[in-house]
Amino acid sequence: MLAFIIKRLANAVFVMLSVTFLAFVIFRFVGDPVDQMLNEQATQEQRDDLRERLGLDKPFLVQFTTFVGRAATGDFGISFRNQRDVLDMIAERFPATFELVLVATFISLIVGVPMGVITAIKRQSWYAETMQFTSIIGISLPSFVVGIGLILVFSVWLGWFPAFGRGDTVDLGWWTTGLLTPSGRMSIVLPALSLSLFQITLVMRLVRAEMLEVLRSDFIKFARARGIPARSIHFRHALRNCLMPVVTMTAMQIGGLIAFALVTETVFQWPGMGLLFIQAVTFVDVPIMAAYLCIVALIFVVLNAIVDMTYAVIDPRLRGAEK
Amino acid sequence: MSDQTSVKAVPSRMERFFDSDLWWSFKSHKSAVGAAIVLLLVIITAFLAPVLSPQNPYDLAALELWNAELPPIWMEGGQMPFLLGTDVQGRDILSGILYGTRISIIIGIASVAVSLVVGIGLGLMAGYYGGWIDNVLMRIGDVLLSIPIVLVAILVSSVAQQFLPPAFREVGVAAVLVLAIAMYSWVQYARVVRAQTMVERRKEYVMASRLVGTPARRLMLKHILPNTLTPIFVAATLNFGLAILIEATLSFLGVGMPPNQPSLGTLIRVGNQYLFSGSWWIVLFPSIQLCILVVAVNMLGDWLRDALNPKLR
Repeated sequence: MLAFIIKRLANAVFVMLSVTFLAFVIFRFVGDPVDQMLNEQATQEQRDDLRERLGLDKPFLVQFTTFVGRAATGDFGISFRNQRDVLDMIAERFPATFELVLVATFISLIVGVPMGVITAIKRQSWYAETMQFTSIIGISLPSFVVGIGLILVFSVWLGWFPAFGRGDTVDLGWWTTGLLTPSGRMSIVLPALSLSLFQITLVMRLVRAEMLEVLRSDFIKFARARGIPARSIHFRHALRNCLMPVVTMTAMQIGGLIAFALVTETVFQWPGMGLLFIQAVTFVDVPIMAAYLCIVALIFVVLNAIVDMTYAVIDPRLRGAEK
Repeated sequence: MSDQTSVKAVPSRMERFFDSDLWWSFKSHKSAVGAAIVLLLVIITAFLAPVLSPQNPYDLAALELWNAELPPIWMEGGQMPFLLGTDVQGRDILSGILYGTRISIIIGIASVAVSLVVGIGLGLMAGYYGGWIDNVLMRIGDVLLSIPIVLVAILVSSVAQQFLPPAFREVGVAAVLVLAIAMYSWVQYARVVRAQTMVERRKEYVMASRLVGTPARRLMLKHILPNTLTPIFVAATLNFGLAILIEATLSFLGVGMPPNQPSLGTLIRVGNQYLFSGSWWIVLFPSIQLCILVVAVNMLGDWLRDALNPKLR
């Protein structure tokens, strides 16, 4: 067990180092930082001086270790464009992204789980087949097209929801939330829906597959034989046995959603980290790009490691499975 | 077995195909047939774009500003030959879509081809030789799969575009996109081929041909590879849909195809700016085309996965 945990952690650290390396390479080679910081009239002497002060004359490996050391303490430098601390800028934007992802996850569970159960227990009915068919479409639709479609119908034509921004937010000191104001709640509906659509279909397909598996098992047959009402069998006994993979998959998907939210944020001009990143890409603001890459990868890697380790705790078969 | 059944000469490839389980399964799946017909239509119209479209959308001289923002033909103010209306520069939407679909499809096919070649090659080597080659390749794969795909693709394509010399811009951007998408998807093929190769390597037929001195390269490509292809076939179909999606997303975010060579994603990006001005057709029709294309590809892939899965027979 311990060996498994150590192995998994070593793997996570290795991935993080590789991502940091990628970030560093981008940082170091996209445009010369000296050119970005000095104006064109600077003399060669001034350039050399700055180069030395920034440590850019040191060997590549030394520079990389310094970069990793600073990144580990949260120091990603200063944005080229805004002249502000990069970590502060990202921390400011993080609550918006996180709220969006949470609401989207919530929607996907609330809608996806019942749909999965229904398509599993009424497999032959027309509505189950329609749902199954639309789920292929749901998986195929590009997220930005869904977003644009929602804006077109619900903002432009019907005028029910705002099409961009986050509405009014409440500042809680270390966190800003839009969920406490009416305009904030109205604003999150469309972005969260468009982000969750793919998730809904994923949850639905997973629940359906698991349910079909469980419904075939002996204890369900026994429960039927005992005359327990179908409703209670489906929701009390069968569904409960399906929830474990759903929970782990949802946890694992949150990392991906945080990254993928950048598309939704662009469509809805939602002021989260993803929008910050996309704007940084347009202006080649390298420190922000590098920091965003590292932070999202960190969230992703940590979540995956936690899920893997919980799996190992719950499922003893995985512990022995060492290559 | 073939001795008993071959009353006439050995059946041709076509005949064998039309007699296969795969073809029968295809014919009995309504959604697969529908998807295939739609996909064929989309591909044919896209590649006949220069013949079919009423206007060459790249030819700036053909654009007339008084034709700008015309609605589709069935609405008041719609004009021939602009069936689906025009954009703010007077460009025909339908022509733009046909040409854009062609670019999207070419990039999708190219990136699947590149990742197939790389993935199969590396997978065969990793599985056949094992040892450090295997370790290094699989580690690289692990790292790539640990980072969200959109992020990698955005970074690669935006960073690489910085380094493109202006002369290569036109071809370069498409090539960069192809590589950015392929960079991620080769891992999947490599893993599948590697696992299968490790199984096949120990079988007698491989041993036998090694004994008669078949060179390793020939052994891998001619003997082992054909036995690993079925799952690759399914993955490639589904990845073709994914590649089109990623390309569209990148172009939509502004790190993909530029507006002077628009793919479907670029058209949607441009049209998105006119969402609130009432000219909804500029964004709606390219979006619909993109959805049709991806849904058709995925439905075919879905069917293929079930049809080639021996457990479900």
